[in-house]
Parts: sequence; structure tokens; C-alpha cells
Amino acid sequence: MRHFYRNIPAVLVLGIPFVWVVLFMLIPYGVIATYSFWEKKYPVFIPAFQWGNYQMLLADPQYIKVLLRTAKISILVSIASFLIAYPFAYYLVYRCRSARVRTWLYMAVVAPLWISYLLRAYVWKTILGTEGVLNSFLIWTGLVDTPSPIFLYNQFSMVVTLTYIFIPFMVMPIYTALEKIPKNLIEASADLGLGPWRTLMKVTLPMSLPGVVAGFTLTFCLSFGDFVAPFLVGGPDGNLIANVITTQFGSALNWPLGSALSIVMLIVVLTIISLSDRFERRGTAGGH
Amino acid sequence: MTANPYQASRYAADAAFMTFIAAVMAFLYVPIWVLIAFSFNSSRSLSWPPTGFTLDWYAKLATNDGLHAAIRNSFYVATGATILTLLIGVPAALAIHKFDFPGKTLFRRLILLPITLPGIVTGISMLNVSKLINVPLSLETVIAGHATALIGVVVTQVYARLQRLPGSLDEAALDLGAGPWRSFFDITLPNIRSAIISAGLLSFVLSFDEIPVTYFLTGRDNTLPMYIYSTLRRGITPEINAVGTIIVLISFVLICISVMGTKERDQK
Repeated sequence: MRHFYRNIPAVLVLGIPFVWVVLFMLIPYGVIATYSFWEKKYPVFIPAFQWGNYQMLLADPQYIKVLLRTAKISILVSIASFLIAYPFAYYLVYRCRSARVRTWLYMAVVAPLWISYLLRAYVWKTILGTEGVLNSFLIWTGLVDTPSPIFLYNQFSMVVTLTYIFIPFMVMPIYTALEKIPKNLIEASADLGLGPWRTLMKVTLPMSLPGVVAGFTLTFCLSFGDFVAPFLVGGPDGNLIANVITTQFGSALNWPLGSALSIVMLIVVLTIISLSDRFERRGTAGGH
Repeated sequence: MTANPYQASRYAADAAFMTFIAAVMAFLYVPIWVLIAFSFNSSRSLSWPPTGFTLDWYAKLATNDGLHAAIRNSFYVATGATILTLLIGVPAALAIHKFDFPGKTLFRRLILLPITLPGIVTGISMLNVSKLINVPLSLETVIAGHATALIGVVVTQVYARLQRLPGSLDEAALDLGAGPWRSFFDITLPNIRSAIISAGLLSFVLSFDEIPVTYFLTGRDNTLPMYIYSTLRRGITPEINAVGTIIVLISFVLICISVMGTKERDQK
């Protein structure tokens, strides 16, 4: 009994989060998986075990098309974020001489995470629209004379908006990875006669790869599941997979199909996470 | 002056970097200024040039009952979700830091999963459960959903701090005869306090802004972002810019509080 009382803290510390994870994550995931095999017989869903929902996803080209479009947008967002985040983090770690400026700039990139995600998507709708700020500004300056519809409701606007929203998730891991590289390695490379460009390609970039991979993982997965930005700036054929899922749980009222799509999304995300995990472990095992 | 080609190229590179950094800052902050500027613009349409200064949109907010109810609901949800995530997240971080147990890797991965997993999956999985066991959707189901989605944020922040604490502190307390409770409350807790506060603030803000989970788990009550989201279906108005400006201001204050908390720790 005494033994039990002594162990209460340990039991609580492990028990509370454990019970929560089981009740609110594992069981719910199991429930979506179960639902994804059910059958829709209007207006109810019938418990069943059949692959009909998954077959429909494979057979109907519309779903494959949306999945591919979602993957394409997410890849473009990840690449755009990388192209902005890497030089930015590189500047902070290697070029910026004042520690104070470095802290400020880093915080300036991370701070938007605290500002409403919906607002950050909404504001691009007001900027890029045909009567939006950008168009009216261009007309005002005389650069164009009629509002151009090219900015909004297409894949371009979606990539811009999602990059804007998710860029902190690319900067943070890259910054951390660059900071961890011992400075004397870079100096050694310079001493051996490598120019800054070759030092970057041969030393800095390979050594910061774990941060880059972590950034790509986060940016890709979060864009892959977003439905707010496509709703606001995506336009008629800007539906992403998450929009299709919300429709299945809303007006289309086909929960089993929506659950099957959610399982597909869960599998995509888990695959990417475990690939990036494996990459990270290989890096720490073989790198030293 | 010796003309050093290396020096010259370094200056050129510096200038290029400066321009780039300025462009990134503009990309990040011009939209926010646009949001703020148009909340004071007298015209209903959001187009350039601004037509004049007005506080009308803010005055309209003051009499909007739906908005007020949504704000109250958001406070309720964010408070509940923050308390819950801390109650679950801090023990989880301690467990990962202190104990070795079978399945630890899986446990850690699961608890951190919602950081990467889009909220829609969390929302739908819990919606399915509530339908299955006939729990009506309400603000309380939203709180449970937010807590699940945000535990990972608390765990990463608190765990990072725990790892930087010397393990000997805790051992010393135990050697001196303090039980696990006392060693936690007298030694560990004061040392991770600022991490808990900033994790709590971040959870509060993220829960206050949350859409994907809320979208599926809310009943008849709207939270503030859900209210804005449904207003957006009817088109964009400067009123939303006014709400947005207030939200930006509050976020800014919270960031400052969080940063000051970190500073205090650094000075110690």
C-alpha cells in the first residue's frame, strides 16, 4: 500500500496523458477507420465492411485529380517557403553582426503565428481581388487600366496565401539547424580555399539538411490539410482535398466517403512524418 | 585604399541580403498594415486609394450582438482548452523527460502528431466519435478537440526547457529527503514556470484562432473565428478589418508578455 502511495505521482504523470491519447486520439482514429468501411444508404449510414468507398476514390477521376492538385500546391508552397526561409535564416546566422537585430528579425518572422490564421488568409483575399487593394493600386498608379483577375481565385493566389501562413514553420527548423553547425567548420572550409558559394553547397547546406527536411515536412503536411485558404482565395477549381472532405461531412452528407478521404490524408501525413524521422535518425547515426 | 575584389563582392552580397530581408519583411507585414489601414477607411469597398478616415466600423462592432456572443464563447473555449492542455501537456513532457517505459517512442510521436497533422483530421475523428456515442456537439466538445490538437505545442516547449535543466537539481532534492511531490513543486516547477506560461499563452492564442477543429465540433454556438468565417461567406467588409485590427493588437500585447517572460529567465 505504501508502495502504491509513493508511486501516485508517477502514475498520474504518465497516466493522465496516456488516457487522453487513447480516448481522444487512438479511439477516434479507429472510429474514422471503421466508418470508412461503412455504406451510405440515404439518409443513413449502415455498418459494413466493404471497400466501396476506397474503390470510389480510385475509380472516380475527380478524387485523384483533387489529390494530385493538393499535392502539387503543397509542394509549391514548401518550395516557395524554402526559397524565402533558407536565405533568411542564413543571413540571420552568418551575416547578421548584431545579436539584437538577429533576435528582432527572428521574432518578426515567428510573430505572425500568434496572429489569427483566418485573418492572415482573409487579408490576401482583400489584396488580390479584382476590386482589391493590389488591382486598385495598380490602376491608381497608371500601370494598368482595367482590373486584372489574374491575382485571385487560382493556384497562384493559393500558393502565395499558404506560403504567407506557413512560412514560420520553415524558418524555425532551418534556423535551429544552421545555428547548430560549428562555426569553425565553415572557417575551415574557407581556409581550405573554398569560396562562400562552394562552402554553402558543400558544407552548410548538407549539414543543415535535417532542418530543411523538418521544414518541408511541416509546411507540406499543413498545406495538404488546409481548407480555409482554398475556400477564401482558391476559386472554382481551387478545391483541395480538405474542401472535398468538408463537403462530404456537410452538404453531400456522405460520412463514410469523407472518413475514407480522411484516412487517405492521415496515411499521407504519417508516411511523410516517418520518412522524415528515418532521415533524421540516419543523419544522427551516420553523421558523427 | 587597396581595391580588394573579395571585399567588394562581400559588400555586394551584403547589399543583396539587405534588400532580400527588407522584401521578406514587406511580404510579412504589408498585408497586416493593409488590414489595419482599411479598418479606418470610410468607403465600404476595400480598394485604393483610401477615401477618408472613420471609426464607423468600430462603432458598428460595439452594437453587434452576434459578435459579442462569439467573443465570449471564444474566451470560454480558449480558457478551457488552455487549462486542459497544460494539465495534460506538462505531465506528458515530464513523463517523456524522466521515465523510460515500453512504447515511449510511440507515445511521444502520438502526442506530437497534431502539430503536423492537419486539424481537419482531429476534428473529423472526434466528430465521428461524438456521433457514435450520441454526445451532442457543444463548446465543450470544441474544448476537448482544441486540447487534443494543442498538447503537442505545450509538450515541445516544456520538454525543451526540462532538457536544459541540470538533472542533478532534482536528484539533490530527492537525496535531501524531498518526496516526488515536493521535488516537483519546489524544484522543477519554479524552473519551468516561464516555459509553462509562454506555452499557456500560445495555446490560448491558437485556441482562440482555431478553425479546422472547431468547424466540425461546434454545435449551435459560434466562436469568434467561426463567426468571421461565416460572415466571409457573405462577402468582405471593413467590419472584418476592424475586428482583425483588434485581434492583431491583442496578439501583439500577448507576444510582448511572452517575450518579457523569456527575458526574465535569461537574466537569472
